Amino acid sequence: MDFPYLSLIIFLPIAGAILIAFIPDLSQRMVRWIAAVFTSVPLLLALIMFVSFDRSSAAVGVMQFEEKVSWIATINANYHLGVDGLNLPLVLLMAFLGLMVVLISWKIDLRVREYFAWLLLLEASILGVFCALDLLLFFLFWEIEVIPMYFLISIWGSGRKEYSAIKYVIFTLFGSAMMLTGILSLYFTTGSLSMLDIAGAGIGSFRAVIPVAAMFFFLLGGFAVKLPVFPLHTWLPDAHTDAPTAVSVVLAGALLKMGGYGMIRICLGIFPEVALRFASLLAIFAVFTVLYGAAVTLRQTDLKRLIAYSSISHMGYVFLGIFALTQVSLTGATLQMFSHGVITGLLFAVAGLVMHNTEERNLSKLGGLARQMPVVAIIFSVGGLGALGLPSTSGFAAEFLVFLGSFTSTMVVGIKVLTILAVLGVVLTAGYILWLVQRVFYGPVLEEFNWVSDADILEKVYAGCFIAVIMLVGIYPAILTDVIKLGVLPMVGG
Amino acid sequence: MPHQLLWLIFLLPLFSFIIISFVLRPFFNDKPQLGGYTTIAAIGGSFVISVFALFAVMANEGHALPVPDIEWVLIEGGLSIHLGLLVDSLTAVMLIVVTLVSLMVQIYSQGYMHGDPGYHRYFAFMSLFTASMLGLVLADNLVFMFVFWEGVGLCSYLLIGFWFHKPSAANAAKKAFIVTRLGDFGFLAGILALYFNTGTFDIAELHHLAITGAISGTILTWVAIGIFSGAVGKSAQFPLHVWLPDAMEGPTPVSALIHAATMVAAGVFLVARTFPLFAHSMEAMTTVAIIGGFTAIFAASIGLVMTDIKRVLAYSTISQLGYMMLGLGTGGVAIGIFHLFNHAFFKALLFLGAGSVNHATGTFDMRQMGGLRKVMPWTYATFVIASLSLAGVWPLAGFWSKDEILASSLESQPILFYLALITVFMTAFYMFRAIFMTFGGEYRGGAPEAHGHPHESPPVMVVPMVILAVLSVVSGFWNVGGQFDAFMGHGGGHGPGFFTVLTHPLPLLSLMVAILGIVLAYAVYSAKWLSAEKLRGMFGPLHTMLARKYWFDELYEDVFVRTSMLNGFFAGLQQFDTNVVDGTVNGVADGTIAGGRAVRQIQTGQLQLYGLFIGIGILAIILSVLFLG
Repeated sequence: MDFPYLSLIIFLPIAGAILIAFIPDLSQRMVRWIAAVFTSVPLLLALIMFVSFDRSSAAVGVMQFEEKVSWIATINANYHLGVDGLNLPLVLLMAFLGLMVVLISWKIDLRVREYFAWLLLLEASILGVFCALDLLLFFLFWEIEVIPMYFLISIWGSGRKEYSAIKYVIFTLFGSAMMLTGILSLYFTTGSLSMLDIAGAGIGSFRAVIPVAAMFFFLLGGFAVKLPVFPLHTWLPDAHTDAPTAVSVVLAGALLKMGGYGMIRICLGIFPEVALRFASLLAIFAVFTVLYGAAVTLRQTDLKRLIAYSSISHMGYVFLGIFALTQVSLTGATLQMFSHGVITGLLFAVAGLVMHNTEERNLSKLGGLARQMPVVAIIFSVGGLGALGLPSTSGFAAEFLVFLGSFTSTMVVGIKVLTILAVLGVVLTAGYILWLVQRVFYGPVLEEFNWVSDADILEKVYAGCFIAVIMLVGIYPAILTDVIKLGVLPMVGG
Repeated sequence: MPHQLLWLIFLLPLFSFIIISFVLRPFFNDKPQLGGYTTIAAIGGSFVISVFALFAVMANEGHALPVPDIEWVLIEGGLSIHLGLLVDSLTAVMLIVVTLVSLMVQIYSQGYMHGDPGYHRYFAFMSLFTASMLGLVLADNLVFMFVFWEGVGLCSYLLIGFWFHKPSAANAAKKAFIVTRLGDFGFLAGILALYFNTGTFDIAELHHLAITGAISGTILTWVAIGIFSGAVGKSAQFPLHVWLPDAMEGPTPVSALIHAATMVAAGVFLVARTFPLFAHSMEAMTTVAIIGGFTAIFAASIGLVMTDIKRVLAYSTISQLGYMMLGLGTGGVAIGIFHLFNHAFFKALLFLGAGSVNHATGTFDMRQMGGLRKVMPWTYATFVIASLSLAGVWPLAGFWSKDEILASSLESQPILFYLALITVFMTAFYMFRAIFMTFGGEYRGGAPEAHGHPHESPPVMVVPMVILAVLSVVSGFWNVGGQFDAFMGHGGGHGPGFFTVLTHPLPLLSLMVAILGIVLAYAVYSAKWLSAEKLRGMFGPLHTMLARKYWFDELYEDVFVRTSMLNGFFAGLQQFDTNVVDGTVNGVADGTIAGGRAVRQIQTGQLQLYGLFIGIGILAIILSVLFLG
């Protein structure tokens, strides 16, 4: 076996969490540095993997950096990790956000040890979900993620934090229950827990214990809660609004993508025929989510809640791209997951900064801050422009590919009309983003914010990293699409 | 010429933006003039290369210069997008317009923006604005046109909202972006439909496909109308015209650039660039002509009653853009673009003149001006030249292109011809109304807070105005012998002739109509043979309707956006989300808790009771076994 990149990426943060939790008498400073080191190394490893990833056409649908060890032999469960073009960008995204959120959390001073331990465990579990190729392992990581999330929201959150935390847990467990049903029925049908084996053999070659469409919808239900898709989305605004800044960044940046990833890898990968049969219906949900999310976003008056609702709308594009079922649309959907992770991650980070520095989050009370915090205003504007899909940001490249791939789909009935409706979403997006920027930063300077400080050097550094990624992918999207297209081709029968 | 130089045309201003933002702004903030010099040097360089490009294209008989592509995104069997340049006669003309007007505006800005705390930011945005427009003009495929198209929109947003602490400026910027984005929606949909049907974004290939008839009629019409809706947004055509008058909230040189060479010119350019798609669809051509012709007279009528000099000019621009669309829709690329070319110089000059007047008086309200011809002779003289050119007086630039548009509309759309002719009258009237109110009579004191006497602007502002004034006179001569038409591949070089043009009835008629407009303005606002107040009284309701701009702002902003959407439909969805969707979730949770509480009653903890129930259960089993067994 080669160098275990993936295991290290997943288990280094866990090791960091254990160190932080169990070494006695650590200073807060030490805790932060341990967290920084144990997230930097996975990022570095992810970057090495990204650079050395085989992009040739021979790599279509081939797992790279694969690790496979027998785990529970009696039920044929394996410790099986691997990346292809589909999940490598997501691993990279989470590794990037992992380091960023440590920097964003630098000023946390409440129960620092516990906080960073939970944060690292959260990162590890999400990375595990993205890397796992065994259904049981996948489910295990999926469930572990809930625990740190619950504590992070309910202890370090704000507002109705207990309500939001428990709401998140119950919603997720509701989704997990459906997913587990799906996974068990898949296991009893095929006798295997390997995503690749089942997809390779084709679900049609087995005698299904329950109707195949039912398995598909059990699994899809679990993923749709996470993405989220209307009407399963109401946990998201509450969780985002009340979570601490760094957790909102992970939540919007990487956690939602577990849903999108699961849909492509499992729902499309294992059930292509069922996906095709229901694609029109699901695309309708997608477009509804886009427009409904955008419309409701326009009515928000809380800084973080507004960005949270905009996430729902943006995830609608992912859902549309997935069920338009073309290589281009799937590439777009995956790119949109990455792009939204970085853009919305940045928006939440800066929103947190505004709230932290001004001690105000109500949009009707903020205003004129461009004079008092010019750097923050620029950073926020760049993030906003990415969110509204301005060319030269990753948001444009992703949305354009989703629109193009969806519109040119020939297999899904009515997709053209739906795509055009989804395009209408970009007008609404421009509306709420510009309104938000104007509301917070423009207009007359308010006296009561004269004491507010601008971004400090640390904040400039991490915001600069976010912006660099957004612009890099926006100006040269092939850096990611060359990888993604290899991963999605097998999903559309290529 | 080497193709690397062509890339530099748009890269130079882009570098200027990067240098100002990342070097000058952080490290040389105490030397603001450096930002201005950098911008001028960069755009000056672009201008010089553009001139060479023009000659190269001329030497190439109007055909495109060869430039290799760069791969951008490639998905085998699905998609391939390249980045490349298309430098043909249309591009070459636009490059001259954009770089020349922008250069003049940048020089002028050094005087106008002197002492503004956002000096670096201003020139950074101006560089980016020019770079985006040049990128749009140079792009050889629709994806990159859209990319730079949005870039132009972004820079307009940033520059209109330059003084962002003013709520009116922030609102105007937002309005400009959102209204034009509404049009962009159609543009994007058009691109998608076009790609689906042809599998290419390349403009040259699309031209070829349209000309050979490879794209079917109905699809072509829809695609063309989609693209046109993008142009309607950017070029402020009815019904998306509402953003442009508000856009004057930005610094005045920005308005000069937006109204002459960049933002609004982008729409006309887009239609010209994709013209073969329009030319092969009768319906699309008619749509362009009707929207253009209607916008021309509609906006001109509002211009008649505005009292803010920049608003007069703004409605004038909308009206003139309508002319260009009319020219494109009835005549073709050469006619529409020739008017764009001439209009760029005199409209830029008019805005710079308005800025100069504002520099002296502190106001844009013409009712507070007057008598400025004595103290601002240069501004006065250049403003009059530009107005004569705009009014279409022989032999100035505006005359030649306006005449062609009238001629082509008479041929194919007689009704629109009469509308256009009335517009000629209105144009002459409102421009000279503005001249007499601003420069004629006695000085009425300027802005209430202004002190001292008005004075002429410094040379750094006057010199660009003089250069533009010369261009406003001579730019129309390009087509006197039909050379412009020939260059654009339109007709065989039969020009109207410098003097012979006046022997034809149509040019004479339009000239008479324009002079009539000037005379009427003189009668009312200078000689005062007719009282403006009495006229207003006579046309009371009509005047109100014009002064309120046909209530379009109220209709869009209050009735549609605020009442129907934000506070109506969207508020309803928000209620639905909170009460129904999330209400159901919370309802299930509450129901579960209540259910648990109810069931808990049974768990009394009394062993006797449990024993009793166990006994009853056993009895029931025994009985059922006995009787049913």
